[in-house]
Amino acid sequence: MTRLLPSLILTALLLAAWEIACRALQLPVYLLPPPSDVAVSLIQRAPLLLSSAAATFWMAFQALVVAFVIGGGLALAVSLNQTSERAVRPLAVALQVTPVVAIAPLVLIWAGLDHADRAVVALAAAVAFFPLFSGVLTGLKSADPDLERLFDLYGASALQRLIRLRLPAALPFILEGLRVAAGLSVIGAVVAEFVSGSGATQGLAWRLLEAGNRLRTADMLAALACLMIMGLALNAAVGAVEGAVRRRLA
Amino acid sequence: MADTTSTCAAALRQVVVRYPGRPPIGPVDLTVAPGEIVAVVGASGAGKSTILRLLAGLEATSDGSVFRGDGRGRTGFVFQNATLMPWANIQSNVALPLELAGVPRDDARRRAAEALAAVGLGDRLAARPRQLSGGMAMRASLARALVTEPDLLLLDEPFAALDSVTRRRLIEDLHALWASRTPRPAIVFVTHDVEEAVYLAERTVVLDAASGRVTADLPSPGALPRPDGWRSDRSFREAVERLADELARSMAAPSGAGPEGVAA
Repeated sequence: MTRLLPSLILTALLLAAWEIACRALQLPVYLLPPPSDVAVSLIQRAPLLLSSAAATFWMAFQALVVAFVIGGGLALAVSLNQTSERAVRPLAVALQVTPVVAIAPLVLIWAGLDHADRAVVALAAAVAFFPLFSGVLTGLKSADPDLERLFDLYGASALQRLIRLRLPAALPFILEGLRVAAGLSVIGAVVAEFVSGSGATQGLAWRLLEAGNRLRTADMLAALACLMIMGLALNAAVGAVEGAVRRRLA
Repeated sequence: MADTTSTCAAALRQVVVRYPGRPPIGPVDLTVAPGEIVAVVGASGAGKSTILRLLAGLEATSDGSVFRGDGRGRTGFVFQNATLMPWANIQSNVALPLELAGVPRDDARRRAAEALAAVGLGDRLAARPRQLSGGMAMRASLARALVTEPDLLLLDEPFAALDSVTRRRLIEDLHALWASRTPRPAIVFVTHDVEEAVYLAERTVVLDAASGRVTADLPSPGALPRPDGWRSDRSFREAVERLADELARSMAAPSGAGPEGVAA
């Protein structure tokens, strides 16, 4: 709690300055509503925002699982053979550098316009894929070369080497990849929801769009605050797991 | 050649190793008799570690042949660093070679505990590697190499990173461990410390800085384990001087290999 205190104080100061500025300058609420209006909107729309947050979170979580299974599995397969790594890595990088907004319309067509949620999951998974693939692959190759030699000396099988040496050595890298990917999967889900542009997904991005169309700025900011809190919570949760595992391993 | 294998613990015959972009190492001839302790000295880059890896079967030869005992666990290896798995406790680390060979877990752990007791770590079975001092970690590494009861023990400058008191104590302990086993394992010990070589080994081979060939093969005087205060004995001092001279000569080769990294 003491570690959080400075950032909490800063946040409170910024909110207070914002409130005072809005009142002093008499800004129109469609331009910049004071934080008190946003708080009122948050409370009044809480059930709707919560269900939307749950929808976005669920899509991002599914995407994270899909990306972990595909990215981790591919990294595992590739780690066994150097030629396959040379074949796969450029394609993985190509996927990473392609903006998700640009491929979203295509994926929407492929998923079917009635299945916007599937498209969102697929797109968010595409965004979360790279840090997981890269993290698992780097981790699997991070074991001490002398330990690798020791496993050679005692005639370890490929499976023994994987389970007793490479996976434990990779764990910190995998967790780091998961932490980055968790944040990215939320970003990917929101961007994909935006592009899908319909109410089919009922996520937080749709709440943002909907409120924006009606020029209800306080509602927009409330949805945005929800997204922010969700991202922070997700990051903290994965970070806590990462820290616990690190303490057990190191 | 068949008779050679039956009378030695390990041997290199005219072995050459070529790395891309480097002069080749060898041809190297080296025979290690069962139960003997051989030190290998030479300039940095003379191929000391390569010789150990060849004897362990961890390095492919470009030419020549390597004889070594067959079967898993016949060879133990101690690296420059303790090379313990940080995520496992000491007992699991030491049990690893046995478990990889398919020894049942309980049996492996019991034998690991015995091996750790033999190096004086019997009360630290549950400790993690990071909780151990450098000397204790090296002891655990030694226990891991001995847990399979190998006939050949290969040590790659294992004490280089330790302070001199710990180093001397470990050398005495290594002698005691070696003498307590029947049959005694052969030990090949890489070092760049001339005194350590004379003290620890029954004979020392000197590698040429440029080619990695064996240029001298000097016996150490006296018997093992060493009597107290043997380091101030005249026979020890003379053997050290002789070996230091040979080592200096091995580095004076026209290749221009410098004496850096060599502590006398």
